[in-house]
Amino acid sequence: MKTVSSLLDDHWYERYKQISKLNIRSSIYDVTDRCNLRCKGCFFFSSGEHERASEENDVNKWHAFVDKEMDRGVNLAILIGGEPTLCLDRIEAFYKRLPTFCATNGLIKVPRDRFPDMMVGLSLWGDEEDEKALRGKDTFKITSANYAGDPHAYYLYTITPKQLGKTGKIIQKIEDIGLKVHMQLLSNDEDVAGFSWKPEELIDVRAEMDAMLDAYPKTVISSKYYHQIITTGQMLDRTFGWMECPSVTELIDKREPRPKRLTNFIRWASDLKTVHRCCTSETRDCSTCKDGAAHMSWVMVNKRAHMRSTEDLQNWIEVYEMFAKLYQFIPW
Amino acid sequence: MNVDISQTIIRIAEIIINELKLEDVTPQTFDPDLDLVDEVGVDSMDLATIALVLRDEYGIRIDEDDYPKLTTVRIIAEYINTKLADDE
Repeated sequence: MKTVSSLLDDHWYERYKQISKLNIRSSIYDVTDRCNLRCKGCFFFSSGEHERASEENDVNKWHAFVDKEMDRGVNLAILIGGEPTLCLDRIEAFYKRLPTFCATNGLIKVPRDRFPDMMVGLSLWGDEEDEKALRGKDTFKITSANYAGDPHAYYLYTITPKQLGKTGKIIQKIEDIGLKVHMQLLSNDEDVAGFSWKPEELIDVRAEMDAMLDAYPKTVISSKYYHQIITTGQMLDRTFGWMECPSVTELIDKREPRPKRLTNFIRWASDLKTVHRCCTSETRDCSTCKDGAAHMSWVMVNKRAHMRSTEDLQNWIEVYEMFAKLYQFIPW
Repeated sequence: MNVDISQTIIRIAEIIINELKLEDVTPQTFDPDLDLVDEVGVDSMDLATIALVLRDEYGIRIDEDDYPKLTTVRIIAEYINTKLADDE
């Protein structure tokens, strides 16, 4: 029988043991249905998820809800929306109780006197040209001023096909302001012309992501295996899709056979009662989904499948470490 | 019910081998002191699956809060035998 220590040398085995007992149990929460931007390709608005529920406005109910979530075993709250920073009191209901990650466009600065160590993920959709085309404004100018040097903030850089050959310039700008960056790929949910991935572009972007990791190892939080998975949709000898996705809301997961999945994962709507199908848009075709977190989780929940060789298990460790860093379970 | 610990160990090893589809090991050769997380690569979903089978087999409920303590086959066997003894 292959054991972990038979596959790894001492260095890798120590890295494995650092993460093997973290037992991260995340769920995702729509903090609000409102946003101060309307980005083309935003799955939340393009799929009508902002109209699925009426926001719970009583903050006391948010506090009680988070208590129940903790009873359910959740130990990582991932806050999305809408724009969560429009509702700081709701964010506080999570932050006061458990590790909390807030995905934001960064236009409103999270007050650090109130949320000193909350991890903040700043969405960025490309260079000035792409940002203006997709989001109506160049957000980097504002977010870089709001968060420069913040040790608990990083950029979630959504790469579009139009960014090929230009990612280095952006990552250099991020490094210059002392932040980290994690790369993901645009899933063009609104079919904006020129922003859908062609097969040859996916090959090129994988090479470019690898090159960025080599060139900016202290700034880019990523792994080459993750780049391979997200650009090909292939892991080991399997293909990503509905029957493989780990990030399906548990309450509605009737899949048979049930794949390896995130334990107790639910994505809650802002009424704290309605649930969404998965971590992203339920109108999205799973076979072309490029969601970074879903692909990361796909690797993470399939640990033993990666115990077929030393290289496979090392790849698994690197992806798990990447996730653990992005959510502050281990240091950068 | 007083169950021989060695019988319980063999049966739990058999369940784990079957559920996790482990290769090149038998219930008799499975080291009962092998750390299931650090060495076998078991995760929380695996543990939940194993707990369900043990529940059906032994008629006991394994609290989810106890999962982190159940690190080896021997510890699981002792846990089960204790629960069975408490139920007598």
